Amino acid sequence: MALRTLQVSPGFMRFMPKEYQDLVEKGPFGRKLKLSDLGTYKELLEEHPMCEGCAMAFFIRLALTALPAPEHTVILGTAGCGRLSLSQAAIPFVYGNYCDTNGVATGIKRGLALRFPDQPKDVVVMAGDGGLADIGFSQVLHGWFRQEKFTTVMLDNEVYGNTGGQESGMTKRGEVVKMAPVGKKFDKIDMIGLAKTAGVAYIARLTPTNPSRIVSTIRKAVLIAREVGPTYVQAYTSCNIEYAIPPQQVMEDARRVEKERYGFLEVMSEEAKAFLGGGEV
Amino acid sequence: MNGNEYRVKPGPEGLLPPAAACCGVILPEKGQGLVEGALKSENDTLRVMARELLTRQNPTIFPGPLVLWAWREGVADKAASVLELANEIPGVRIIPMPDYRPIYPKIDPEAVINPCHPNLTIWHNKIEVCVFIGVHCHFANITLKMIRAGTNCYTITLCHAAGHEDSMASLPFADANQVRALTAAIRKLKREGLRPRYADTPGIQLTAAQEALSQGLVWQPAPVA
Repeated sequence: MALRTLQVSPGFMRFMPKEYQDLVEKGPFGRKLKLSDLGTYKELLEEHPMCEGCAMAFFIRLALTALPAPEHTVILGTAGCGRLSLSQAAIPFVYGNYCDTNGVATGIKRGLALRFPDQPKDVVVMAGDGGLADIGFSQVLHGWFRQEKFTTVMLDNEVYGNTGGQESGMTKRGEVVKMAPVGKKFDKIDMIGLAKTAGVAYIARLTPTNPSRIVSTIRKAVLIAREVGPTYVQAYTSCNIEYAIPPQQVMEDARRVEKERYGFLEVMSEEAKAFLGGGEV
Repeated sequence: MNGNEYRVKPGPEGLLPPAAACCGVILPEKGQGLVEGALKSENDTLRVMARELLTRQNPTIFPGPLVLWAWREGVADKAASVLELANEIPGVRIIPMPDYRPIYPKIDPEAVINPCHPNLTIWHNKIEVCVFIGVHCHFANITLKMIRAGTNCYTITLCHAAGHEDSMASLPFADANQVRALTAAIRKLKREGLRPRYADTPGIQLTAAQEALSQGLVWQPAPVA
């Protein structure tokens, strides 16, 4: 069914834009591709309007590469930088209102399971720290406590970058950002700890310094969510505009932050471990 | 029109034109059509559509996802009927709307029409009459309003559902049979002696982008003047 949506009607291929011809003939759909295949196929996301040097855009590109079945995946996002590129990717994208992405994901996941009982469908929420830890906080936690089987990926740039630099719950204590001049007065919300408490099956924290790790982590998160339970990936994706990081120093910043306070962390339930079974992901 | 005088005419009507439905225009029933806000018979509607397509500048067909992607039974036949229609309109172009993804930072108006900014494709190609077919209604509605707001394009909709008040001519519940009926109406007008505006330009014309692509060339949109 899903791959049939990629068949161009007879006689119309010559009118289709190059991008679509490439997606049909050289896209990732229905193929098992690896990170090392990048550059040999038409990616889900080509152009986007995000800022020069944006770590989030880089992370999203790799995360989309990691999807185990892009033709059977729905992505949800909300207001913020990430949706600027996610909505342009060649994959169904649902724009949740601010605060309700994880509630909507619950419904979509259940609806797809009813509509396609023989075909696993992956649902991935990919939104910012404001969308998930502040405004969408309650629905994130409810989804986790209810053991809803979808993946939540936080694009954590530690600020409301899209609206000029207000502090978010994920901004670290003491940080002064452009629209929060007195400095953050409380700690970064411990979403990892909350995920553990809620019994999330797979939890990971990472920075965009290691492409292979990003691909492996996202793939594990999606596969475990498909079969076991909720999964959560928290990715540091700095806002080089609001934190005034020169584009060429974005990766250097990511490496420093990774070393100081954002080291790779992976927490897996016993059930998730058994599901992966030591197999290669 | 229920006595209402509001006419759905080609624009430009200015920013934020009123929705025709709010001005009293009602949707046609099966067997009817809508011409500039007035209910007509299906045959009369087809005749108006045919005349506009043959006489206005740069006729263009905008097929949407429901025609372009052969994802279920019947789509290939409907797509074939659209090509038959195109072959009867001299000088016609086919510019697709493959999906509704936003396209930023820049659209190529010779390759695609996008519901987020359909006026760019209309303006760039100087299109004064177009047919939308196979576009989901909620996107067609916003697209039609934007075109009416900012262009002088005569919009025709062959809608698979209830039709569109915001197009200048609309036929509801249009399947391949209705598309072929429009083709027949065009043939009839030509037989009656109407000389098409582009009578000397045979068949479907490719845009520069499509032409380049068909020859395996790399296409770059022209820079903005």
